[in-house]
Amino acid sequence: MATLKLTVNRKEYEVDADPQMPLLWVLRDFIGLTGTKFGCGIAQCGACTVHVGDAAVRSCSIPVESVVNQPITTIEGLSDDGSHPVQQAWETIDVPQCGYCQAGQIMTAVALLKQNPNPTDEDINASMTNICRCGTYNRIKKAIRLAAEEV
Amino acid sequence: MDKSTTATLENTATITRRNFFRLLGGGVAVVVSQSCIYGWADSPAVGKDLTVDDDSIAAWIHIHEDGKVSVFTGKVEVGQNIRTSLAQVVAEELFVSIQRITMIMGDTLMTPYDAGTFGSRSIPYMGPQLRKAAASLRKALLEKAAKALKVPVESLRTEAGEIVHDASNSTLPYGSLTRGEKLLLPIDEEVALIAADSWTVAGTSVPKVNGHDFVTGKHQYTSDMALPDMVYGKILRAPAYGMTLVAADIEKARTIPGVTVVEAGDFIGVVAPDPQMATNALAAISVQWDASPQPSKADIFSYLKENAQQGREDDGTQRETRRVFDASENRLEHRVEVQYIAHVPLEPRAAVAQWDGSQLTVWTGTQRPFGVQEELAGAFSVAKEQVRVIMPDTGSAYGGKHSGEAAVEAARLAKAVGKAVKVVWTREEEFKWAYFRPAGLIEVAAALDSDGSIASWEFHNYNSGNAGIDFPYRARTKHIQYHPSRTPLKQGSYRGLAATANVFAIECMMDDLARQLRVDPLDFRLRQLTDERMQAVLETAAERFGWKEAKAAGHGFGIACGFVKNSYIATCAEVAYDRSDEQLHVIRLVAAYDCGAIVNPKHLENQVLGAILQGLGGALFEEIDFRDGRILNPTLSSYRVPRFSDIPPLDIVLIGRKDVPSAGAGETPIVGTAPAIRNAIADATGIKLHKLPMIPQGLKNN
Repeated sequence: MATLKLTVNRKEYEVDADPQMPLLWVLRDFIGLTGTKFGCGIAQCGACTVHVGDAAVRSCSIPVESVVNQPITTIEGLSDDGSHPVQQAWETIDVPQCGYCQAGQIMTAVALLKQNPNPTDEDINASMTNICRCGTYNRIKKAIRLAAEEV
Repeated sequence: MDKSTTATLENTATITRRNFFRLLGGGVAVVVSQSCIYGWADSPAVGKDLTVDDDSIAAWIHIHEDGKVSVFTGKVEVGQNIRTSLAQVVAEELFVSIQRITMIMGDTLMTPYDAGTFGSRSIPYMGPQLRKAAASLRKALLEKAAKALKVPVESLRTEAGEIVHDASNSTLPYGSLTRGEKLLLPIDEEVALIAADSWTVAGTSVPKVNGHDFVTGKHQYTSDMALPDMVYGKILRAPAYGMTLVAADIEKARTIPGVTVVEAGDFIGVVAPDPQMATNALAAISVQWDASPQPSKADIFSYLKENAQQGREDDGTQRETRRVFDASENRLEHRVEVQYIAHVPLEPRAAVAQWDGSQLTVWTGTQRPFGVQEELAGAFSVAKEQVRVIMPDTGSAYGGKHSGEAAVEAARLAKAVGKAVKVVWTREEEFKWAYFRPAGLIEVAAALDSDGSIASWEFHNYNSGNAGIDFPYRARTKHIQYHPSRTPLKQGSYRGLAATANVFAIECMMDDLARQLRVDPLDFRLRQLTDERMQAVLETAAERFGWKEAKAAGHGFGIACGFVKNSYIATCAEVAYDRSDEQLHVIRLVAAYDCGAIVNPKHLENQVLGAILQGLGGALFEEIDFRDGRILNPTLSSYRVPRFSDIPPLDIVLIGRKDVPSAGAGETPIVGTAPAIRNAIADATGIKLHKLPMIPQGLKNN
């Protein structure tokens, strides 16, 4: 156990946790930010995607000690009220079915659009490796294109 | 019409005994109308704790004093968006805006009994139930308003949650009529419903009613819940099927501060203040297991056939079908193999359990909250009434969450430690210890008459099931049989059940028969079909696809159709086989779908797309690998599901049929994908595949 200082959604937290604990569990069970989901535990599905700086990372597979003192953003920190253009595009297109993967999809899409404001279909396929078992992929693509126009 | 007669015993036929005594006991007025008996609950004693019979409006819909509406249904939301579509049908019949409606779903205390959310039953059965409840309620409100205003009921109309009397230019909000009291009136089974061609709210693409909470991370799934003083549980599991516990050394785990080890017979679980500690504690237990011989994937199909139950005695159809087959010169036989596949709901099984004395409350993601309530009552020898199961909108299921394993586990641990316990399965647990879509072996034999019609059709399905097994085409003789077998792996429901396997086998054979005859596979099907709805989806899909148009070199077209539970799908596929890199590409899919009257076109399209894409995984690459009872690919790196890059352009045509009652749409569209692609591969390459999945290792290895 160690006391770790984290900056999540512009707020400072001190947590007593095993330094090797995946960031995901610290976010969900210590800080109470449950918008970020567990899907596979091995960085394959992307449900746990958060931002460290501007980069999308899979929080189930990085130890919490590796992100101490770095700005972490979760779905809750993207906006106070769902007003981020990517969230709004998701709502306009009515993307979610069960919705479980969508926080991760949105976080990945935000990171993609920061890096590449006008992604092609190929860019989207290459960057969006998150799994949606309900099969909302086509609507996610539409929402990304809509957000690209708005951003 | 006399609306104020006091009930006599002769008039109470439609009120159940339980409710009747309650009505009398509560001293409430009972109102009699022509077709049924209405009881108005005026007594303040009729409160929240009073359970009402399921044939009462109050069991289904409640109007609050402020005009808000609560709707109660035992159905659950797993991404099919029935929280929205069922609210739409209530809004339509009750003349209230959808924003006023709150759906209370899948809560054994609050909602009427429901067998479960499966089998595409929500829209065709729960939809009409709620429509009738809403229409009965609206009718009762009109009658009550007529009495209050002393005007004929015919002079009143309803609009936006109010009774309107145009002549006096007066309005009465629904809430002011009922003043928050429960409406203990039986549902009028004969009440007039609004026809689909007059719908204004139903039939439109209302967005997901709680959609905002899913893009902000606010929605709380079971796995997100936290109760005060809650601890986290993990369960010890065998490494493989058929293993039994010999001995376990729990000493190391037990002495970790904060950890409790719970033992009960073969059950060993741990609880800890956080999930990581629980995982570490579980790993600290050393266990000796005893293994028993178990089948492997390599021998599964002979195993299923050898272990098939003795079939029914031949009533002569099999002998006759065989005789016609043997006498025919133009005949084909297929042997189709279908592997076990996993549902992979992205939220694994999860439950939070809390005991309060002998009262148990469990939140869990299940398609059968009332079934899980019974499971829990049985497991802990308590009355059903002492168990409340609540199902928060869940991270999908696809037929894979009928059971309540996590609920029982969490409740067992919670009981042992005297605290609320959360159990969330890992992905590996979900792969190994949930259940699979059954594997199956299908043997098909078909023969043609000299005029190209089907002379004989013999079809045997071993283990995978009998959904979709009926042959939709004309045949002079036929024998169709499902042979249940013993499954070495846990198997259960899955989106579409065995229809995916059976329709695949049927449509592969139909295509090969057409090719044998050198006739167009579409024309061949149309000629042998009798159902005009099936013909219509085939023709619609083919036209949108451009079936008769020329295709590029190396490309192939395939078509298939199927029906399950009153809805019809036809799917066309274009594939390309690149001989240089030996890659198969699905170029595009086009589907036409008819499920009767459409309640929400956008969400219907989503369900159709989702089913087609789920079908794509099972068609091309999804399969469970197992040896000696051990699941060899229990991870998302070794079990492949469709991703962005796997998704071809998709074009869906929804055939709205306002003259036909709405059917459920979660399942049927899955069945067309695999055979359409298979037939396209045959068209492009001449390779005829008879396995699901078809190309887990690529086409060259087939």
